Amino acid sequence: MTKSSSPNPERMAHRIPHSGGAKDVKVDVHYLTRVEGHGDITVDVRAGELKECKFKVIESARFFETMLRGRLIYEAQHLTSRICGICACGHSLASIKASENALGVVPHEDTLLLRKLLLHTEQMDSHVLHAYILVAPDLLGVKSIMPLVKTHRPVIERAFRMKKLSDWAGEILAGRHTHPISFAIGGLTKIPEKAHLQKLREMMVEARADYAETVELFKKLSLPSFERKGQYVALSSPDEYAFYDGKINVNGEKLVDPQDYLSVIKEEVRDYSSAKFVTVNKAPYMVGALARFNLNGDKLDKKSKEIASYLGLKRPCYNTFMNTVAQVVEWGYCLEDSIAILERLIKNGINEEKVLVTMYPKKDQWPVRTRAGRGVGTVEVPRGILFHDYTVDDHGLVSAANCIIPTNQNINNLEADMKKIVPEIVGTQDEEEMRLTLEMLARAYDPCISCSTHLLDVRFIS
Amino acid sequence: MSKPKVAFFEFTDCEGCQLQVANLGVDLLELTKAVDIVNFREIMSEEGQEYDVLVVEGSIASKHDEERLKAVAAKAKVIVALGACAATGGVNNLKNLKSIEEQKKIVYGDVDPVKDAIPAKPIDAVVKVDYYVHGCPIHGPEFVKVMQCVLMGKPYQVPAYPVCVECKQNENVCLFDKGQFCLGPITRAGCNSWLPNNGVPCVGCRGLIDNPAANAQKDILEKYGLTVEGIMDKLTLYCNAQKERAKYDKEFKS
Repeated sequence: MTKSSSPNPERMAHRIPHSGGAKDVKVDVHYLTRVEGHGDITVDVRAGELKECKFKVIESARFFETMLRGRLIYEAQHLTSRICGICACGHSLASIKASENALGVVPHEDTLLLRKLLLHTEQMDSHVLHAYILVAPDLLGVKSIMPLVKTHRPVIERAFRMKKLSDWAGEILAGRHTHPISFAIGGLTKIPEKAHLQKLREMMVEARADYAETVELFKKLSLPSFERKGQYVALSSPDEYAFYDGKINVNGEKLVDPQDYLSVIKEEVRDYSSAKFVTVNKAPYMVGALARFNLNGDKLDKKSKEIASYLGLKRPCYNTFMNTVAQVVEWGYCLEDSIAILERLIKNGINEEKVLVTMYPKKDQWPVRTRAGRGVGTVEVPRGILFHDYTVDDHGLVSAANCIIPTNQNINNLEADMKKIVPEIVGTQDEEEMRLTLEMLARAYDPCISCSTHLLDVRFIS
Repeated sequence: MSKPKVAFFEFTDCEGCQLQVANLGVDLLELTKAVDIVNFREIMSEEGQEYDVLVVEGSIASKHDEERLKAVAAKAKVIVALGACAATGGVNNLKNLKSIEEQKKIVYGDVDPVKDAIPAKPIDAVVKVDYYVHGCPIHGPEFVKVMQCVLMGKPYQVPAYPVCVECKQNENVCLFDKGQFCLGPITRAGCNSWLPNNGVPCVGCRGLIDNPAANAQKDILEKYGLTVEGIMDKLTLYCNAQKERAKYDKEFKS
């Protein structure tokens, strides 16, 4: 994979193919993000030249990084899971990993298996939410799932069944999926019951039928043919299709230790957006299901590879719109790997003695004393690679914190995609078609915001 | 009679409480027999301009939030605060413990992209709230109960007893007996003791009970060699800021 093809993409004026009376076009995309809340995209085309393409996040800053300062490290995962209610488990796990790395705590392998399982079920939860609630209505020509309740009841019931599966998994593994309760530094505060693990396994085996139907539904999906050879970043592991552990893989060209993420990932503040802009090699990059598939697709199981190819997804894929297809492939992979993990846990049992911990130091351990140090925690969450980075003093208090979330990393890439696609469609698509194409492009990233991208205005100003 | 129209709006938060509503699944479909959901961005793109019931998620943390809340509230007959951020300020209150200028400097350096940031506040600091659904996140079954009250036009009584009551009903071993701290004795119930059921001390996400029997609480904690102040200083996520802390000071320090 290579970097963005044009030498100086930011500086080049994009010529618009002239088609008769080419209009000036101003596109305003208004939508809300889960993490950053309210974001706007502005695309301004005048006299055939792209003048402006900006993504503004105008939502109130939440200041999690400063909230963490001075707080006890044992509270960090509870607090940072509140960054996002959809990826709460991912934030919680990145936070726990960062804390363990800072404190020098090494969890037992059963704990690691349970964390991987929890993370899988969160990918499944989020992917099914995105694929069915956003994309399926498009396929069926309606604006949301609400009208489908009457016309396509079995499809909606299937979506709820698949959603319920991962939701229930969160409940029996961590107490709940949104803001998980029992996953702690060093282990779990409650051991999942064997009967529940068995039931979850049965439900997952049954869910194979729903997944097969889902694959058929998405086989019908017709996606725009767009290509931009961009950059991709994801965790990679020699042992598995990486979600929980691995090194930072940059374009398949180099592997970087998570601890050194700042040597490749650069954050930049722009005065028009409360979300920071993030670059690699001074250029935008993509994270998420498509990035993972491009970098790690060879680690998928045979069945998932076959499904990818059945759905027309081939590595490397430079069509951003295919991200949803990559999510559908990942759903199946996560299902199968979860079943394997569950079977292992059921057969061998969970080592309670090594796994059971308390969330906070016990009464006799106050005042708290810990090792001082810095730790970075990375995991792959549904929308891409997530970083938490904490520095802790010897009283277990956080003295510095940094979190880089996937949607922030993708914002730059979405801008770059829009810069490429707008000139391609301005002369050939009418207002309504353009609106839909741009909506679908933003939605393809499944940014925390994608649910709301229907609120897109395309205004022709000439 | 036409069904009441319900609109959901979110402000500064994680949207996890709306997800709890979306996760009601079949129950949500049942609810739509009684109400029309006209605005719910998390799951639908249609936008209804008229509504009777406004469900607000999130805190108010910028001037923009404040103006927008006033505008959407003006159309509603009934306002429901959904979740800790809307009801008490939630974890957003923690940013109020430091000055905004100092925090901007740390997060953004010399560039200031968030000029209209203000200290976080619950929505009842801006508009009158009729119903509260507490919790971080909310407990789905309680949301259904509150909506039933909204539809019947009667008030919803937030439990006036502590989490300990539910914890005892769930037959959990008391965390104090296990050598840990817990805010269960001073936190309002309604979550079915969600955290203690999973081996984790209550951190007070639903806020302090309205009329804590302060002396009785002191007696109970004394048995374990603890004070209310002592446990609150250990578990500081929700209680140590703004309104909740003021309530605590009034009840327990006097």
